[in-house]
Amino acid sequence: MDERRLREVALTPDEYKVIVERLRRAPNEVELGMLGVLWSEHCSYKSSKPLLRRLPSSGPGVLQGPGENAGAITIGEGWAAVFKIESHNHPSAIEPYQGAATGVGGIIRDVIAMGARPIALLDSLRFGPLPESSRHFEGVVAGIGGYGNCIGIPTVGGEIYFDECYTNNPLVNAMCVGLVRTDELMRARAEGTGNSLMLVGADTGRDGIHGASFASVELDDNSSQRRPAVQVGNPFLEKCLLEACMDLSHTDAVVAIQDLGAAGLTSAVAECAGRVEGAGAVIDVAQVPRRERGMTPYEVMLSESQERMLVVVQRGREREVESIFNAWDLTSAVIGQVTDDGLLTVVDGSDQVGRLPITLLTDGAPVRRLVGIAPDPPFGLEIDALPPLADAGGTLLRLLASPNLSSRRGVFRRYDHMVGDATIVPPGGDAAMLRVKGTKLGLAMTTDCNARYCHLDPHLGAQLAVAEAARNIVATGARPLAVTDCLNFANPDRPEVYWELEETIAGLAYACRTMELPVVSGNVSLYNESFPTRGEGGPAQSARPDGVGQSAIYPTPVVGMIGLIDDYSKRLGAGLRAEGDFVLMIGSTHNDLGGTEYLKVEHGHVAGRPPALDLTREQAVNRVVLAAAQSGYLHSAHDCAEGGMLVALAECCLLGGIGVRCPAVRPEAPLRLDAAFFGESQSRFIVSVTSRAMPEMQSLARRHNVELSLLGLAGGDTLEFEGQLKLTLAELRQAWDVLVP
Amino acid sequence: MKFGVVVFPGTWSDRDCGWVIDQVLGAELTYLWHKDTDLKGCDCVILPGGFAYGDYLRTGAIARFAPVMEKIGEFADRGGLVWGICNGFQVLCEAGLLPGALIRNASLEFRCEWTNLVVERTDLPFTSKCGEREVLHAPIAHGEGSYFADPATLSRLEQRGQVVFRYCDATGRVVPGANPNGSLHNIAGIVNARGNVLGMMPHPERCSETELGGTDGLKLFRSVAENALQVLVS
Repeated sequence: MDERRLREVALTPDEYKVIVERLRRAPNEVELGMLGVLWSEHCSYKSSKPLLRRLPSSGPGVLQGPGENAGAITIGEGWAAVFKIESHNHPSAIEPYQGAATGVGGIIRDVIAMGARPIALLDSLRFGPLPESSRHFEGVVAGIGGYGNCIGIPTVGGEIYFDECYTNNPLVNAMCVGLVRTDELMRARAEGTGNSLMLVGADTGRDGIHGASFASVELDDNSSQRRPAVQVGNPFLEKCLLEACMDLSHTDAVVAIQDLGAAGLTSAVAECAGRVEGAGAVIDVAQVPRRERGMTPYEVMLSESQERMLVVVQRGREREVESIFNAWDLTSAVIGQVTDDGLLTVVDGSDQVGRLPITLLTDGAPVRRLVGIAPDPPFGLEIDALPPLADAGGTLLRLLASPNLSSRRGVFRRYDHMVGDATIVPPGGDAAMLRVKGTKLGLAMTTDCNARYCHLDPHLGAQLAVAEAARNIVATGARPLAVTDCLNFANPDRPEVYWELEETIAGLAYACRTMELPVVSGNVSLYNESFPTRGEGGPAQSARPDGVGQSAIYPTPVVGMIGLIDDYSKRLGAGLRAEGDFVLMIGSTHNDLGGTEYLKVEHGHVAGRPPALDLTREQAVNRVVLAAAQSGYLHSAHDCAEGGMLVALAECCLLGGIGVRCPAVRPEAPLRLDAAFFGESQSRFIVSVTSRAMPEMQSLARRHNVELSLLGLAGGDTLEFEGQLKLTLAELRQAWDVLVP
Repeated sequence: MKFGVVVFPGTWSDRDCGWVIDQVLGAELTYLWHKDTDLKGCDCVILPGGFAYGDYLRTGAIARFAPVMEKIGEFADRGGLVWGICNGFQVLCEAGLLPGALIRNASLEFRCEWTNLVVERTDLPFTSKCGEREVLHAPIAHGEGSYFADPATLSRLEQRGQVVFRYCDATGRVVPGANPNGSLHNIAGIVNARGNVLGMMPHPERCSETELGGTDGLKLFRSVAENALQVLVS
């Protein structure tokens, strides 16, 4: 076999050998292409599969774990929440608007395929610093808005971080949450020999051929030539598809719905059949509605045209289904049948053009046993060598204005975050919350990951991401329920990157197991590493300070989490609510300056160990906040995260429009003043309560052995620590609300 | 009082309007499909928000040709209540049921945020429950909501008092800083000369329950549900 041809379909000579052995013949062109896409890293998880098994995926409420289009968990009153996060990094690097838009479109279809109505979107984004990365930033934000606003699903949350390591590899992870009655939850299983396979939605074109393979290699100088591998989104068509699929759930004529995403029809059919022991399928490419002339069977099977669904329909009831699609002016066609031969047979009219065992397609890719080697530890941090804090007020203003901490209002007001009449905690605080209409249930949701922590210590960083997400959920008064994860890494063929992946998954598994949070869905995106263009622009900028790769991203395991509050009238916001309230810190503060935003902004270092985390204490603190919220003691709650106590307190003031007066902070040795103000010690909340609730708060904290300290009194229009800093809310807002520049 | 909510392919506020009418207001509700040629006996037809037919060409440009629009035109001519919200306002302008047009926001960006609206007409079936120059707190969510009309049309609207809502600050002052999209004269909503066709960019159906941040929008729904008949008769 020609090696160049193999490279085109992203197969190695060894993999080709396995194929020939299993088939006992050479695959033809169509078969080779199909195997190439399904054996790509993106579809087969061949590098990460053994590690992913370590993640806990079951629990009392889990209705569907990994392996389906999305995970599902019961939330009570007969409802299930369906959710998943997925990356669209490589397409967004090449074509930011369409890459991000189709990322949103794809994750929505995953939720629809479970029979659920999508109710919310979140987007976890990483870019290089602005203004250099403004093409990526502007395009991605516009693409997310363009798709989400048009289809009418609110974009309620997410995060944005800027760091040099993402300059050539922006990350775009989209999460979708949906709701379905538990007894109407669907699974994409091709059951019932003789049942029909219908393709519905967009006509099939040549767009996106080899997209999955493209996502499985590093970006290089020629990547822009892959622009045809990026698909184009049509949110209007998907809106019609969504409503038609919701109408389908009222008929029992439909057996299953499967999204067509990466690797198009090949993947959709193989996955759907692969979930049923012994099932197979026959696909007639001649029956596939096309938008271009002269497409070959190869192109039809590999096309990644967007806004298409595969529907398994009871034999004889195709007309019923067709009429539902017709009502929405959608094209549908019967393109094949379910069989019981365990084979995917592709025909073009009367000619057979390919025939492969389903298991070879879905599980045949040889698992790659990679080796992890720990890199040299990152720079240590001599805390005592840092100069003492000179100007707390100035430092606070600089931190509030830093791109990683400034207000995201300039972004989320470009997203419709209200459509659906369910958003009861809007974006801008900790987690967002949506009500489940017709019940008192509130569903909280968030995405989190501090990749700087993960870079400094992947095992701890992954745990910190889980803890932070849980805290964001708890800050709204909801209890954390379940996780979806999106693991973004550089090239795992390099031992230090594979080590990061191993450590990260171990850290995630440990934190999720300890906190009893099942990981019900997720996605892995590898090869987020590019060789920056050399040439007229001068020497390429190297990204990671430790010199790993030319331009490798930090390990970025984004944790998407949902949580539940039984009575949403008890939900909390982050902003202070009433003058005269006591402003309290729950949790304790240490010299946690390693990896902080303060260290980067004020001292120019990314160094040290990330903040320590004790999951037992973490849970105790969460229990105090939840119990206090449940009892109605709290007026507000806010997680202490990047930027430390002072940034969190400033946010409480700005979000509530109320100041705080505090006595001077006089930390007891060895605690430093800068660590007290800006250190990022974990397991801390800032809450506000009425003075009457103080005794209850104190006894609650004592019972859980959690530290509780009074920061100050809410009131006025300044944030003041007596003799240490005094800033008006207007000054704070001016620094903070610099709409991402 | 029976409300009819029109559903074009690409409409998304249909269910939100329906929720408020059915669950919050407790009024009679029916959905009108864009292919319908019968308004099913509705007393008030709502054209809700969304991206009808994707709005790829120009907002509302395709929707005006939908079969249901012909019936809505006849209904309006007979004095029936027609209420366009967001995309519905855009469709009413395209269909010629209201003057002017909605063009891209001055910021060239989509805007989803809370605004303040001063009510300039309280003698209408849509606003009779509002106080004189009352300030309503209501969200917008649009990319093309900047109201535009030629000078003659604009002065005619002003002279006849057809401006119903204007973007204002929290105290009711109509100032440039309170204008979220560059609308001429801070216009957020207008009514036809007869007073039975209202178009507005803000979303009253998103502010009809306290948990969503406010209930000012419900005043408009209640005006229609409870007072419309009296206002029309008087």
